[in-house]
Amino acid sequence: MSIKIENISKQFGTFTALGNVTLSIPSGELVALLGPSGSGKTTLLRIIAGLETPDSGKILFNGEDTTCSHVRERSVGFVFQHYALFKHMTVFDNVAFGLSVRPKSTRPSKAEIRDKVNDLLRLVQLESMGNRYPAQLSGGQRQRIALARALAVEPQVLLLDEPFGALDAQVRAELRRWLRKLHDEIHVTSVFVTHDQEEALEVADRIVVMNKGKIEQAGTPDQVYEHPANPFVLNFLGNVNLFHGRLSQPGSGLHAADGADDNAVSYVRSHDIEIDRNQQDATSLRAEITYIQKLGPAVRVTLAIDGNTGYVEAELTRDVFQNLGLKQGESVFVRPRQVRVFVEDYQI
Amino acid sequence: MKLFKRHNNVLPGFGVTLGFTVFYLSVIVLIPLSALVFRTMGLTWGEFITTVTAPRVLASYKVTFGAALIAASINAVFGVLVAWVLVRYKFPGRRIVDALVDLPFALPTAVAGITLATIYSSNGWVGRYLEPLGIKVAFTPLGITLAMTFIGLPFVVRTVQPVIEEIEVELEEAAVCLGASRWQTLYRVIFPVLLPSILTGFALSFARGVGEYGSIIFIAGNMPMVSEITPLLIITKLEQFDYRGATAIACVMLLTSFLMLLVVNLLQKWSRRYAE
Repeated sequence: MSIKIENISKQFGTFTALGNVTLSIPSGELVALLGPSGSGKTTLLRIIAGLETPDSGKILFNGEDTTCSHVRERSVGFVFQHYALFKHMTVFDNVAFGLSVRPKSTRPSKAEIRDKVNDLLRLVQLESMGNRYPAQLSGGQRQRIALARALAVEPQVLLLDEPFGALDAQVRAELRRWLRKLHDEIHVTSVFVTHDQEEALEVADRIVVMNKGKIEQAGTPDQVYEHPANPFVLNFLGNVNLFHGRLSQPGSGLHAADGADDNAVSYVRSHDIEIDRNQQDATSLRAEITYIQKLGPAVRVTLAIDGNTGYVEAELTRDVFQNLGLKQGESVFVRPRQVRVFVEDYQI
Repeated sequence: MKLFKRHNNVLPGFGVTLGFTVFYLSVIVLIPLSALVFRTMGLTWGEFITTVTAPRVLASYKVTFGAALIAASINAVFGVLVAWVLVRYKFPGRRIVDALVDLPFALPTAVAGITLATIYSSNGWVGRYLEPLGIKVAFTPLGITLAMTFIGLPFVVRTVQPVIEEIEVELEEAAVCLGASRWQTLYRVIFPVLLPSILTGFALSFARGVGEYGSIIFIAGNMPMVSEITPLLIITKLEQFDYRGATAIACVMLLTSFLMLLVVNLLQKWSRRYAE
């Protein structure tokens, strides 16, 4: 089912959670709402679910206005960050809940419910856990049960509010891949909220970057990563260095003195910075290595550029780092591979 | 042989606190209670049975335990309602209502008894309107139940209130997203979570009702076989210097209360079986 969000605004007291947001989500897509906390992404999700009512604007499901319809009638599955499982019910009863609360006329028989629940438990790979209570499961298992419970009612839309936020890194990575795979199997229109750019890039078909109640950019992971619409998006998706002044594409140098470009700010992603012992061309800048940090597969090198205040961070692969044999305090040359320039009045 | 395995705990104090707890409970609870039992031992088995099963005594058990059970049940329903309203809704005067709930704790029981008796007597504020309807409250078992309800209410409210505060709104949201009606959410999601605390409140309210004396004797009328409570019988026996008879009845009360509280505790454990 496609979702259309038209000019949605929401105010909490004096705080504007959402200001005139418009977005359309095609049927069957897995969309990530990405943004820092307070950007309005959870509010938007809750408005889609019907758990929150917008001050103005419309929500359309398949072109039909659902702004005023009750949560129960929207046929959405909602997965909460902290699972919100019913502690006093077994895993089986939790998953069966949505079916067993239906009015008698539409409620499946006991046997049908049992089959359905067992299918779902198999889908989330927790078949043998039906008789346990949520307290006896790990965080990752609980979240999978919460997902199975939401899927039991065959929702038209699946909404996930920071579904992996409360899990540790390894389980999170595993569940992410699993969610992607699951979505490829069942193809239900899904929206999930996250503040983790890596998660969004890995899982989503489309990413909606939000900030301060507004949508900054919406597009495929490649689009938002390769062609960020503004410094906020660029900054939010990955580590970035900024140089005041126009740092030209390879071929020239740092022309901070260029009067016309006083307001320009150049952005270079840390993995787009090359380090070399020798000066390659005019874009190479002399710098001193101030700090080296090894982060598993990558190495982060902090450099102080000559004649420039502030530091630059470069991220190298372990291979490159070892080949160069860099040492702290050494003088080297840095060269940006790819530069994006935005004019200053659009400040982050 | 050592009685307890030595705990290698980072936070020390197990020995000291356990020792103190045992000592304290002995001085405050166990010694007086055992004195009660020892005193009763002065009776022969036959005398004991005759004393505790005298018709007047049996009637008083019925009145006391019956009224306490009814009062605790009433409190279990309306106390939860009061707690719910106090937690979930913001309304002017909420703090005052919240404070009012504790009043039965603080009020001298005799004051409560006299007040209730005055209000519900046939010419009292409320009693005069109930009388023509054929409802007599003061000086009947109904009055006893009323007094017990009054003094037991805070126990239910104060045990249930924090639990309601702790219920995550997300649980209700999850239920409604899954299509549950408000009523289904209440009895399938919220009620089971509240049940252990309701049972605790019920038990406390019941225990208080059984042990209550001051507020009841004023409104009960104390008619033998009709509205005489067991604690009053014990006092009567004491006034007649029949100490053994008094302790015998007290022992029965003690045992019955203990058994009932034990049952409630087991029920409570059962209602929390999912937490293990």
